[in-house]
Amino acid sequence: MSGIDAVFLARAQFAFTIGFHIVLPAFSIGLASYLMVLEGLWLRTGRHVYQDLFQYWVKAFALVFAMGVVSGLVMSYEFGTNWSAFADKAGPVIGPLMGYEVLTAFFLEAGFLGIMLFGLRKVGPALHFTATCVVAVGTLISAFWILSVNSWMQTPQGYSIAADGRFMPADWAAIIFNPSFFVRLPHMVLAAYLSVAFFVGAVGAWHLLRDQKNEAARTMFSMAMWMAVLVAPVQIVLGDFHGLNTLHHQPAKVAALEGDWETSNAAPLILFGWPDMKNERTDYELAIPHLGSLILTHEWNGEVKGLKDFAPADRPYAPVVFWAFRVMVGLGFLMAAVGVAGLVLRRDGALYRTVWLQRIMVAMAPAGFIALLSGWVVTEVGRQPFTIYGVLRTADSVSPIGLPGVATSLAAFAVVYLIVYGAGFSYLFALTRRPPLPGERGPTPELPTRAAGIAPGPAMSTAPGAASASGARA
Amino acid sequence: MMTLPWLDLPLVWATLIAFAVLAYVVLDGFDLGCGILFAVEHEAHDRDVMVNTIAPVWDGNETWLILGGGGLFAVFPLAYAVIMPALYPAIIGMLLALVFRGVAFEFRFRAQSQAGRATWDFAFFGGSAVAALCQGLTLGGILQGVHVVGRAYAGGWWDWLTPFTVLCGVAVVVGYALLGACWLIWRTEGPLQHRCRRHARNLGVGTLAAILAVSVWTPFLNASFAHRWFGWPGIVLTSPVPVLVALLAFGLWIGLKREHHLTPLLCALGSFVLCFVGLGISLFPHIVPPAITIWDAAAPPASQAFLLVGAIVLVPIILVYTGYAYWVFRGKVQPDAGYH
Repeated sequence: MSGIDAVFLARAQFAFTIGFHIVLPAFSIGLASYLMVLEGLWLRTGRHVYQDLFQYWVKAFALVFAMGVVSGLVMSYEFGTNWSAFADKAGPVIGPLMGYEVLTAFFLEAGFLGIMLFGLRKVGPALHFTATCVVAVGTLISAFWILSVNSWMQTPQGYSIAADGRFMPADWAAIIFNPSFFVRLPHMVLAAYLSVAFFVGAVGAWHLLRDQKNEAARTMFSMAMWMAVLVAPVQIVLGDFHGLNTLHHQPAKVAALEGDWETSNAAPLILFGWPDMKNERTDYELAIPHLGSLILTHEWNGEVKGLKDFAPADRPYAPVVFWAFRVMVGLGFLMAAVGVAGLVLRRDGALYRTVWLQRIMVAMAPAGFIALLSGWVVTEVGRQPFTIYGVLRTADSVSPIGLPGVATSLAAFAVVYLIVYGAGFSYLFALTRRPPLPGERGPTPELPTRAAGIAPGPAMSTAPGAASASGARA
Repeated sequence: MMTLPWLDLPLVWATLIAFAVLAYVVLDGFDLGCGILFAVEHEAHDRDVMVNTIAPVWDGNETWLILGGGGLFAVFPLAYAVIMPALYPAIIGMLLALVFRGVAFEFRFRAQSQAGRATWDFAFFGGSAVAALCQGLTLGGILQGVHVVGRAYAGGWWDWLTPFTVLCGVAVVVGYALLGACWLIWRTEGPLQHRCRRHARNLGVGTLAAILAVSVWTPFLNASFAHRWFGWPGIVLTSPVPVLVALLAFGLWIGLKREHHLTPLLCALGSFVLCFVGLGISLFPHIVPPAITIWDAAAPPASQAFLLVGAIVLVPIILVYTGYAYWVFRGKVQPDAGYH
């Protein structure tokens, strides 16, 4: 039994560290793109409100990015420390993909981040905007590779297995562009965009509730509401595609998230219930006949497999998958509904005056992130008991590290993460509790250096806000 | 795919990974060293200047560590899968220390209270020092050899903890602090720069002593190390190393005495490069002594070739824009009068 316990703790540690981590790059992906849009609008229109918003959010970006870098560093070594059998076997396939992530994305982001945060005065607006764009594109390249890796683990192809159990790459195009990659990548990127849109919208709403005239708050709120109404419905459609894809490649996961035990041509849609793994049934279920088949197969009598079609040892733990899925979908529809409400109010010219909408938006500040984490739980718990789906079991992936070692490191991670990320998020809230003001200052520390060789040229001195950007630090 | 029979891929990759680790040591060394020097630089204002010299570049510096780890995973997965469990506590300790240190860059400026600021300053110091210590322990742990059975680590919890690894750990802390002091001599001025000259002198002596101790000890760890260093024809390659270290130590001393700005840093970096070459001579062709060579640990040629194409194209580009980022933030960092 102790072997199983060490596996469980190693899983718990991975879930814990990646659960913390995934929020941060998602935040970075969304915020980097938002900052790119803000700076682009500022340079194009010359309106100060965009510069103020850029300076306001770039401080949060610096904070979130730093937290994401270090939690990501942990991830890059955790494959070896806790999952060394997996690393040895799968390394030949997924190692190079992660190597490409480092070479094409991490260096790019890190190389230009300094200029983006501290370099406006030194390089001028045009090069600075280039740096912002490079960082934003870097976050997307990073998403490309890591989701390719994750997708390959869910839908592996393009490999052969050597005599010693290692996965040998045979066709890199097939590996990178594996069957679930095309739905997983856009679904994840849009999840990041929606998460940030709702966070930004909540901050805007919070400040509108205090000062309806704050122009920067109005602008960010309006931009967030556009994102909600445009992106949330697209995300729901993408989610549907993702579901069809999963049904094709990982039917056990779909059976678990639907709570279906029997294979059926008239699968019901179970709205609520509690899957009982031991007695192989879903208790207290509230179901709509045929709707499950219709949604999953887009046919009235489409066949949907039940969990009983899979050996008990091959079933994911359904209650977690089932409920995480409902949280994700519920929040997705709620986000779309709020977006539509915003659109209607906008037509009536009441967007900035409608207190109830702003209150809802404040309450929904973490909605995107919770949905994203729930989606992650669905996809990761749903593919258990495998790390490489159908081929390599989780139990055969762990390191030869005993229970005490994994338990100690898990406790250390828990304590450190709670302290560090607790403090980090409290600083984030302190930053966003302060209203965005005209002449908003850039991130600390500003770096006055004597030999800064670039004299402020004509382009710079006339550029909107270049002067105010060089003020003292906040 | 593009497997070329005349190309020894594991050898090429061993060189590239060694380059990544060297780039990491050279770049993040002074960066961690600045944090270690918080132990002797208490004044809030000086600490801001110290952090400001590295704030725009530390993230890029640390990326080389990710390339080292990620690269090992990609092209020598067996070495990665053996080293990580074998040095489990040291690696976990390093990661946790880097977490504290990485966030402290931002947090120390965000903290509202004096106490909060002091906390993150301490985290910056402690994180830097412990990360350096753990890197030294890891290095020593690999050098002294790892017990392997089949394709997995087969030793105990604390195999890595020996007097030799502790010596290596302390050596890295002292050496990084020297790099940090030399970096600050180059990037600051006034009283802080003056004090850093003094720190560098003391740390230079300490580093030299540590290099000597590790060098004398290493050949006794493993007969093949001694053979590579003192046997024929290895000695042709190895004998210049100590001579060059002595020359660089002399250069460092002169540079400090004559109050040069950049010479001390270049000499300190030079001795790190030489130590690294020395380590390479000791280890090669093993990646995890005594059992695993680079050819044993290598990923299949298809994996190594696939990533090599990217590395050949991308690493030079990375070096160019990293150089550009350093160039943008060049010059002396001024004490920031506007800070409050």
